[in-house]
Parts: sequence; C-alpha cells; structure tokens
Amino acid sequence: MQLNEELQEVLEGKKGAARQKVLKTMMRYGALFGAESMVRVSSQYNHLVTSFGLKALAPVYSLLDQLIAEAAVSEQKFSADPRPLDPNVPSSFLQNFIFNYFMYSKQEEYEKQLEKLGLLNKDAFTCTCYMDEVGNVPKEGEILSWSESSAVVYANSVLGARCNRNSGIIDLMGSILGYVPCFGLLTDEGRKATWIVEIRTTKKPEAQLLGSAVGMKVMEDVPYIVGLDRWLGTLDEDAKTYLKDFGAATASNGAVGLYHVEGITPEAVQQGRGLLAENVKTYVIDDAELERVYKSYPVIWKKKDAAPKLCFMGCPHMSFHQLVAWTENVEQGLRKNGRKKVVIPTVFTAAPDVIKKFEQTEYAARLKATGVILSYICPLMYMNNPLSEKMPVITSSNKLRTYTSARYYTDEEILAQITGGASK
Amino acid sequence: MKQYQGRVVAPGTVTAEALVSHGGLNTLASFQKALQFGDKTATCGDQNNPDLYGKQMAGKALCLPRTIGSTTGGLVLYCACSMHRQPACMLFSEPIDSLAAAGAVLADVWLEDVTMPVVDSLGEEFLSYVKDGMKITVKENGTVEVE
Repeated sequence: MQLNEELQEVLEGKKGAARQKVLKTMMRYGALFGAESMVRVSSQYNHLVTSFGLKALAPVYSLLDQLIAEAAVSEQKFSADPRPLDPNVPSSFLQNFIFNYFMYSKQEEYEKQLEKLGLLNKDAFTCTCYMDEVGNVPKEGEILSWSESSAVVYANSVLGARCNRNSGIIDLMGSILGYVPCFGLLTDEGRKATWIVEIRTTKKPEAQLLGSAVGMKVMEDVPYIVGLDRWLGTLDEDAKTYLKDFGAATASNGAVGLYHVEGITPEAVQQGRGLLAENVKTYVIDDAELERVYKSYPVIWKKKDAAPKLCFMGCPHMSFHQLVAWTENVEQGLRKNGRKKVVIPTVFTAAPDVIKKFEQTEYAARLKATGVILSYICPLMYMNNPLSEKMPVITSSNKLRTYTSARYYTDEEILAQITGGASK
Repeated sequence: MKQYQGRVVAPGTVTAEALVSHGGLNTLASFQKALQFGDKTATCGDQNNPDLYGKQMAGKALCLPRTIGSTTGGLVLYCACSMHRQPACMLFSEPIDSLAAAGAVLADVWLEDVTMPVVDSLGEEFLSYVKDGMKITVKENGTVEVE
C-alpha cells in the first residue's frame, strides 16, 4: 500500500507504538478489499456506534485504555449512538437491577473514556447524528470514518458523503489516524449499482417494510431504486425522514451501505442510470411482494396473541418532523376512538437535541397529554435485557424487529393499537 | 475428502467440527446474549437464522457466506475472541465483508493469546457441500479440507 510521508512515519513507530498498531490494523483491513492507498478523513466530525458501557465489551474498553494511555486519541470530535438507559422509560425493579448491575454497569466509566477520546458534547448520543439539530452533517463527497449502519447508509445515500460500513473500533481508528483505506464505497466504481429495484406498489410503501425487502434481497450490494420518486416527490423533510427509516431497514435486514433513488438522492439526480454497473439484476416490488415479506417475519413471542405491554417508535431516532406528525396522528387516533391517553405504554425516541427543539414547541405538551413518553434511549439496548426480551413489545421498526423479540407492525397498525382503535 | 482453496484473512491452522449457516450471520444478534450473560459455548441467539439459532458456535468451524447487520459486528467478534468464545475458525464462501474483516483483523493484531483462522472466497460449492458435524481442517495457506 502506498503511504505518504506522514503515514510512513507512523508506520516506522515515530508517532508511538499505539498509532503504529492502529495503522497496521487499518492497512490490513484495507488490503483485504484491494485498497492501494489511504485517503484523508475530511468530514468535520466522526460518529461511533459504541455508546454503551456493556460489561460484555470489557475487551473493547481495555483496548481504548491502551490508546488513551499513549495519547492516541481522535483528531476529530465525534458523536455516538444513543445511551442505553433512561429512567423515563417504563421498566420494573428487576429490569433496572439487571440494566444497572449486569448489563450497563460500565456506562459511567465508558462515557469518561469517550470524553477523553473526543466526544463532541454530553448530548451527542444519537444514531441520527446527521439531523440538523445535532449538527454532524457531512457534505457531499466528504470522506468519513463512521460506523452505525443506519447512519452510514444515510450519509452515503442521502447526503452523498463517502463511507464504508466500518465496524466499531475501526471507526475510531480511522479518526485517530486521520486516514482510512480507500476501497468500496469510497470509490466511484464501488458506488455503482448492481441491482435495479422497481417499485410497482399501488400506494406509498411503508419505509421500513420496503427497506427490509430491499436489504434481504440485495444484501451488501448497491441498489438503484426506480419508481419511489413517484411517492417521495422531492428530497424534502418528509422524504429525508422516509429515507432515514428505509435505509436503516436495508442496512440491518441486509448489509446495504448505499442506495440510489432515481430522481431523489444526489448522485442519482446527477448521474441517473449512469450509476448502473454492467449486468444489473432486477428486483420488482409490488403490493404482493411486500405482503409476502411482511408475512415472512417470525413471531418469537411465547404467546403469539399476547396483549402488547410496550410500544417503541424511533429506531432509528425520530426526526423533529416525525415527532410533530406523530403527535397529531396520536391525537387524532385517540379522538376517533373516544380516548384521552394511549392504551399501551408507548415510547417515542429521538436525539437529545431534537427533543430539546421539540420541547420548545406546543407539541411537547400535547404529546405528553396523550401519555406517550419521549426518550433519548436506544430501544435495542433496552430490549437486550432478558426480561425485556420476554415482554410482548411492538414496533414499526424493522431494525428493532431484526435484533430483538419486538414484533413489527406498520405505522397505521401501530397507531390503531396504541390509540385503542383495533386489536393486532 | 474434499479440498477447497480460499484466501487467508487471518492466519492459523485448526481442525474442528463444521457448523453451517446458509444465510448471512448477523453477528450482533448471534453473539450478544452469549457475551452478555456468560454463555461460554456462545449459543446463537439470532432467531432469524434457522440454521444456527440455538446452536453452540464456540469452538466450531463456522461456515457461512457473509456476515450482515449491525456495525458493532466487528467489535462483537473481537470481544468473542478476547473472551475465548469464538468459533474455531470462520470460513466464508464469498469474499469477506467489511464487518467480519474488521473483527478478524482486530483480533489478530490486538490479541496475543487468541487464534481464529479466517479464510474467505472458498466458493459456493464449498457452502453447498459442507454439512454440520463434518470434520474441517484449515491449513496455513488457506486450504480447507472437508471430511
């Protein structure tokens, strides 16, 4: 691999043993994918997937201690995924005991490590770091060293930045070095689509259901989506929210790091079908296909027809736009069903900075009046508790469904259930 | 006995019993419970993977096409190795994905007392042929023998 003078010095150990080892790691990693050079990380901020002080990740914290000890810290500030705990989220005494003593017992220590390593600020804990309110918004063409699959796919697809699907630890190492290996989604060739996905639905497809279908079909390939612009119109706030959720489902149900939506996402607008590689495969998604995918999800509740005990919305975190829209939806639903409060304990999650903005509007009090709880938590981290796993939890997040026992429903079905309008 | 030639991702030799996943391994979903709650056999917790769900992964020759899902995947693999709950080896029929690659390289570079040979690009025929319980031998040069 070709190294510039700066990196050559690191390789020779002139910047310390820890940085030398970091560079060797990144070189080996990049070489596996044919990287012939390293390219400078150019975004203002990084984003890390590891936000949780999980006892099981003790080896990771030990490695981070090595880096801190040698002052091999990040050149960039970074945001991190959501915190795992929030006392506002309903949980039993036993759940809390397990959370605090068995699972996230290292949270405080870990957050101190993150501060030493370059955490942006104490509120920079969200999977939706790219929200304007949070401020970690890379520009088109910028090179990132991010992790968090839903953030990477959003940054690549909706913002036109360039980032590979980096694992936790590699994210930080790219930032420490200031360079990442040049391969895959950092290259023009790697950003070409090898699938055409034709949307032939009769109504706007549910974002996370569509994402799930696409992800499971194309896996790690890049899809070029045709026929979705008909439903999205332009890349406005509504469309960005839709694509946030769509992308998260593609990335978790499959391994998608980049998608193009004809007429909508920046590279698709600029290059159109010039983005197609040779010999593209085709996947057609109509109403029947979406129905087939929906029906294929396993329901792992012990009692399949149990009454839901909790509802999580916001995996990934909800946008300000979503919080407003859902406040109105819930109010209308409750009015229609002659109720004042939701009938299932319901948590909407969002970034702390988005919550702050929301709380300055009239909608915050209105949402509170419906009984919905607003939190900054990571629902996945909550559901990892074995007691949470046994609870019948519902969600409209296909990402949450993939990793936990939560049962997936469409937005409309969730709304009906939480406002007492219909059984599941 | 059949022989397949792959590319060495992380070096080493080992003989172990095969455990096969025909779908992508969701690393986080598969390992998270085992790492969190002290399961030394690393029972697979991914209910979306019918090939592996409920089976013990530690010490097995894990044969798979790729890994999928969360970008915590690499560090989860790193932790599994550090805690000695890792598969005996990981054998990919396809070129390795970036998350598994990260885990394999991190473990190889940063852990001194752990070896988990990783070989990729073994081919579709490898994954079609190998079945749970078959004896797998991984050689230094990336040759994989299946009996």
